[in-house]
Amino acid sequence: MDIVQTLIGELPQFGKGVLVALELLIGLMSLGMVLGLILAALEVFGNKPLRLVAGWIRKLLWAVPQLVLLSIVFYLPFNLNPMVAAICALGLCSAAFQSQIFRGAILSIQPGQLEASKAMGLGQFRTVIHVILPQMVRLSIGGWTNELASELKDTSLAYVVGVMEIMRQGKSIISYTFGNALVVYFFIACIYFCMTRTSTYIFYRIEDKLWVPGFKKRRD
Amino acid sequence: MLLKVDNLHKSFDNLLILNGISFELEKGEATVVIGPSGSGKSTMLRCINCLTPPDRGRIWLDGIELTAPGTNMNDARSRMGFVFQDFNLFTHLTVLDNVRFGPLRVNLKSKKEATRIALEEIERVGMSNKLDAYPAQLSGGQQQRISIARALALKPQLIMFDEPTSALDPELTHEVLSVMSGLAKDGMTLLVVTHEMGFARSVADRIIFLEQGSILEEGPPEKMFTAPENERTRSFLQKISQLD
Repeated sequence: MDIVQTLIGELPQFGKGVLVALELLIGLMSLGMVLGLILAALEVFGNKPLRLVAGWIRKLLWAVPQLVLLSIVFYLPFNLNPMVAAICALGLCSAAFQSQIFRGAILSIQPGQLEASKAMGLGQFRTVIHVILPQMVRLSIGGWTNELASELKDTSLAYVVGVMEIMRQGKSIISYTFGNALVVYFFIACIYFCMTRTSTYIFYRIEDKLWVPGFKKRRD
Repeated sequence: MLLKVDNLHKSFDNLLILNGISFELEKGEATVVIGPSGSGKSTMLRCINCLTPPDRGRIWLDGIELTAPGTNMNDARSRMGFVFQDFNLFTHLTVLDNVRFGPLRVNLKSKKEATRIALEEIERVGMSNKLDAYPAQLSGGQQQRISIARALALKPQLIMFDEPTSALDPELTHEVLSVMSGLAKDGMTLLVVTHEMGFARSVADRIIFLEQGSILEEGPPEKMFTAPENERTRSFLQKISQLD
């Protein structure tokens, strides 16, 4: 089995691909989180014009396929390098989804708790820090882990603009070992499975750590 | 006097809820507000600490007008405890952290001092054995006692109760009411909206009867329960006591 030997020989290349994919993932999730938090805050706490603006930004980002947005960002006349373009485009798409995860989490905090905090004389800023944020983190981590897994797989889209991630590494092997496409793709699928499983495992354990006694617990 | 409310008005969507409420509260006095559903009892309490800003009228707390422009409302609120019908404890915090929350985050005391105050108030409501429990692990009565301790920990000048036992069964109601009677005995100023006539009769220094957004009658409990002047007060108390 030549292809197996080739794959083993190419493992360092795949390793580099994994690192690039992780770098892309961390970049895009961070950008998505910052923008998502801003959008969520505007949609929940903003006045009417701000809510409207944030809502439409979210709807636009939501409606455009990642591949299309990625191509647009890449061909913008700024000469962005492929990695930066991919982080921006995928991060913007993710912001739309993350904003809704955070918004849902904020809205599922009992309104009575915010009222209690107000009645105690706690200012708005400190209410956000001490009442809303700690509960938002716990309420959003399940949905956020889901988004992380989804974006991890979507990092493969970045190969179209030339980011040397896992897909790109596989493609180059396929191009010089004719006819082994299926084996290589299967191998790539295994890499993604391991990465997804590891990252979700980590975040499920974090979710367990954030669990508050008296509430329902994840059961798996 | 500690609290003075003058000519309070409030409407929601053209529906008049409060129609000129005026009364005064002396320090150390326990006042119970009764009246039929929809008479504006809860709205009145919520207007006093501006959770629901009143449309018209003036409020003074300890000589300072809260309705004057530029008043630091957060400071005023921290001096008026508020206990809700459905407790509204912070579900992500333990009993100790809930009660410590006010002194620590609002009054900005040191952690050591806040803890000392919290432990004292938790002791007062008889919950010292549940310091590390979370609200979702407690019964309704226990949650309400913690929410009273949370209000007390701010060292307020008065505490308002908005139907504090309406979500509780009779046994749990009793444990909450006995904590409240204890507060009255200790000289805390209380303003209580409730349907518990037994409590009103035995603990209140004064009863206010509210209907359709106005104070119809007020007076000491003996007079209100045995010889109310107003026909409407009499029929309301009769109906209520038939249920008891």
